[in-house]
Amino acid sequence: MSAIPGSPTAIAPEILTADEQAHWKLAWISTVDHKRIGVLYLLFALVFFVAGGLEALCMRLQLAVPNNTLVSPDAFNALFTMHGTTMIFLVAMPALFGFANYFVPLMIGARDMAFPRLNALSVWLVPLGGALLHFSIFVGVPKVGWFAYAPLSETPYNPELGVDYWIVALLVLGIGSVATAINLIATTLSLRAPGMTMKRVPLFVWINFVTAFIVVFALPVLNAALVMLLMDRRLGTHFFAGHHGGSPVLWQHIFWAFGHPEVYILALPAFAIISEIVPVFSRKPIFGYEFVALSSVAIAFMSFAVWAHHMFTVGMGHAAETFFVIASMLIAIPTGVKVLNWSATMFRGRIRTSVPMLYAIAFLLQFTLGGLSGITHASAALDWQTKNSYYLVAHFHYVAVGGIVFAILGAVHYWFPKISGRMLSERLGRWTFWCMVVGFNATFAIQHILGFEGMPRRVYTYPDFPNWGWMNLLSTAGACVMGVAAILLVINLLVSLRRGAPAGDNPWDAWTLEWATTSPPAVHNFDALPPIRSRRPLWDLANPDRPDPPVGGDAIRPLNKFKCSMWTLIASEAAFFGTLLLVFAWFNLRPPAGPNATNSLDLMKTGWFSVCLFASSFTLWRAEVAERAKRRRGMEGWLALTIALGAVFIVGQGSEYLGLDRHGVNVGTNLFASSFYLVTGFHGFHVIAGLIALTTLLVMLLAGDYRRWRPPLEAIGLYWHFVDIVWVFVLATVYILPRLLS
Amino acid sequence: MTGSSGSIFSPVSPEAHAITSLFIITLCICAVIFAVVAGLVGYSLARYRWRKGDPDPAQVAGNKRMEIVWTAIPFVIVLALFGLTVRAMEQADPAPPPGGPDLDVIGHQWWWEVRSPKLGYVTANEIHIPVGKDFLVRLDTTDVLHEFWVPQLGRKMTTLPGAGNEIWLRADEPGIYEGACTEFCGTEHAWMRVEVIAESQEKYLAWVHEQQQAALPVQGEAARGREDFLTMTCVNCHAIKGVGGTENAGPDLTHVASRRYLAGRLLPNTPANLRRWLTNPQAVKQGALMPNFKLTPAQVGDLAAYFEALK
Repeated sequence: MSAIPGSPTAIAPEILTADEQAHWKLAWISTVDHKRIGVLYLLFALVFFVAGGLEALCMRLQLAVPNNTLVSPDAFNALFTMHGTTMIFLVAMPALFGFANYFVPLMIGARDMAFPRLNALSVWLVPLGGALLHFSIFVGVPKVGWFAYAPLSETPYNPELGVDYWIVALLVLGIGSVATAINLIATTLSLRAPGMTMKRVPLFVWINFVTAFIVVFALPVLNAALVMLLMDRRLGTHFFAGHHGGSPVLWQHIFWAFGHPEVYILALPAFAIISEIVPVFSRKPIFGYEFVALSSVAIAFMSFAVWAHHMFTVGMGHAAETFFVIASMLIAIPTGVKVLNWSATMFRGRIRTSVPMLYAIAFLLQFTLGGLSGITHASAALDWQTKNSYYLVAHFHYVAVGGIVFAILGAVHYWFPKISGRMLSERLGRWTFWCMVVGFNATFAIQHILGFEGMPRRVYTYPDFPNWGWMNLLSTAGACVMGVAAILLVINLLVSLRRGAPAGDNPWDAWTLEWATTSPPAVHNFDALPPIRSRRPLWDLANPDRPDPPVGGDAIRPLNKFKCSMWTLIASEAAFFGTLLLVFAWFNLRPPAGPNATNSLDLMKTGWFSVCLFASSFTLWRAEVAERAKRRRGMEGWLALTIALGAVFIVGQGSEYLGLDRHGVNVGTNLFASSFYLVTGFHGFHVIAGLIALTTLLVMLLAGDYRRWRPPLEAIGLYWHFVDIVWVFVLATVYILPRLLS
Repeated sequence: MTGSSGSIFSPVSPEAHAITSLFIITLCICAVIFAVVAGLVGYSLARYRWRKGDPDPAQVAGNKRMEIVWTAIPFVIVLALFGLTVRAMEQADPAPPPGGPDLDVIGHQWWWEVRSPKLGYVTANEIHIPVGKDFLVRLDTTDVLHEFWVPQLGRKMTTLPGAGNEIWLRADEPGIYEGACTEFCGTEHAWMRVEVIAESQEKYLAWVHEQQQAALPVQGEAARGREDFLTMTCVNCHAIKGVGGTENAGPDLTHVASRRYLAGRLLPNTPANLRRWLTNPQAVKQGALMPNFKLTPAQVGDLAAYFEALK
């Protein structure tokens, strides 16, 4: 299985096989291999990291001295908008997804991800989203900040198309992220190797698995908000307009209901990386495996209950604020448990301070500082002072750079040998690390003080107050040192890719399965797997005299990947529709002036075509029964009937729309009309998507292709039933509830 | 260099004091926690460094009792901080009594309108309060979200459309307290600063009395400026009490000469700066909603002379 170190086969500087070298572009573009997709993710992240880093440097240069005029106000505002959006959606997420893509299948002993082609789609949505965002350069870069607060992000204040490009880019990236998350969940649940029970998977897998669920539930909430903002901007609705009855506060609620889970979407995979590096370089197993895993689950749940700590200054009232204070403080506990577990792993270990470990140690200290200043933001009273000041800027950069970016850099140094087959230069790596640590802390530590002294965030310049000048200059100097670190990193990557020492299979003497294969791994990953009885199969292999005590039974129950993915998709769709229905309730519990649910909707007529939709669930169930009984005719018949009933529903809804339009009720009329079309329109799109899927199935059946290809009727059936169930909630919320309340 | 920016650690009101005290306690607790983590990591690094040939250490995989302890201790700390926070919230942001606000502060892109509903004066970017008195301020906006923050006086708060939010302003020592808009609000967010001037009761009352007066009659150059003000587009956005114009769109100019700064604290209010501003506002504050009217030097001179007379 493993090649002899030093032999030509062990030195595999090119990740492609010999016959692929000739057409390497095609090989990369057309790949569906999880490892190459992982590398693509990392490559895209690196490109955008350079872009986002240069944006940051421009900002710091402008802020180096008071009353500076290097960068114009609007250019500065565009810079921080692009910097935030780029670093979160085009750097951190792709980088972390890249590692998950590459190493989750390897660590569980799988051949690939559950859906390789979906995986390829996801990765290429990253450059598409990035390109869309950067197309805005030609029509006016967005200048609204990465959370695009309304009404500043509405057309009266930002009429250029830049904000629209921003919206569409984030929608594209959001859809790609959900697809990746679904893929990761299905992979973890369905493709684990024999013996790799959920109690034995490496923490990297556990934590990425948990993170995928946060993605599945959080990103659709952002998508809902983005769609509504786009409607405000292009279809004349006023969801967030402020005047006209819309609510800027609602944008904040929805955005942060996504935005805070997003923080953990980035932080948890960083924890996952640290949970691998610290044990290997301390030569001890992770301290408290179960507690690290369970605290991740706790964080995932709690991350959805803390969003409004971003809104302590909008005037929610002390009662609501108090709830979010305690929720936000409590989430610090599972996070603190992790920090202590990592520290305890080092305690009484044999610590090797190789470059990956240096990054992990810096992560530990810097992330702790970021977490502690996070506590001060969780305390509403303190947040009333420091919110939107440079203290806040310092806080989230300690988490995002000092924590997440340092973890990513640790991962780059840890896994580069596996990915490329060659070692990075240790010497250059140390120089990079120390530049990074010094530069980072010089840039951001001083910003805490600037915040205390009253400097607001997002200002393109500032008055010459005492001490502000030198503190900002120091911060800029630090940023330049970080720039040097970035250059050193890229040099190290490029040089080591060609001239690095051969890595061998397991250069760090690590214990998880990715180190049981060649570096880089063969296309099929493993020739044979070692026996898996504990959490560290390679430790057991290397120490037959003192293996880890076996954990739990060997039996695994892999789930059907189609059903896993469909249930996960349904969960994410439920989050999307849940958000839309809450929006409807927000605007309609007290009926707005003009048309409303009671005076404009015809419950009887809707009732009739609703019955058709519900009946279609029954007919589809009959089709599934026929499929199981292998009665092809029956299956075709019931499927055709299902499609017909679904079509009746769509026609009925179309006639309802036409009727409303005849009475002058269109999407921009008032907030009832806007939210009505929003909810029913998106449901209609889903019915149409279901009809397309079912019709495709039927055509394949009739053409006799069905047996050969075997797409799962059961999975599509789940989706169809779900769309019907959504309509139950739509009917109740949109048509019935307002009548009961009026 | 200009006067102090004001720090949250030099509070001058009971409200701001409550937050500062809590901040000091919290930072002390945080320092202890950080010292524990850094100590553990540092000790391990110093004591348990790997050397070539070292055997692997004992493979300890965890300790349930330790886990329970280090979950329980943070829990107690969190509860304590939560209790202190709730108390500080009440002290820093007491519920307002009925009777309406003492001041309306209204955010505009990119300046602050200040109106006294009880005393009937209007000014901009400068808030005057008597030392030691609680002033209830109602916050509003005519366009996007802004946020009002004067660190030494207490909490910040967003301006929501429809005047939903109120805060307390109070200063127990006379002085000039710097503040700013802290919610990003567009191009010139950086120059949407505000000053709170706390002075003795007599000085404050004298200032109010001045602000309540209509604009003084003027002669000569200034009178030509007055004509320009009325006949050119100035009146479409600015008002001068007793002369005319439009309220709310741009700052009220009735007593513009009495203010310390122009353009959201960008320029000290001197005759030269006033002329610079009138000559081309866009060259001074790019993106400001006042366009460059391409006034002749004579018109600039007349208008500046007029505004200089509006004490």
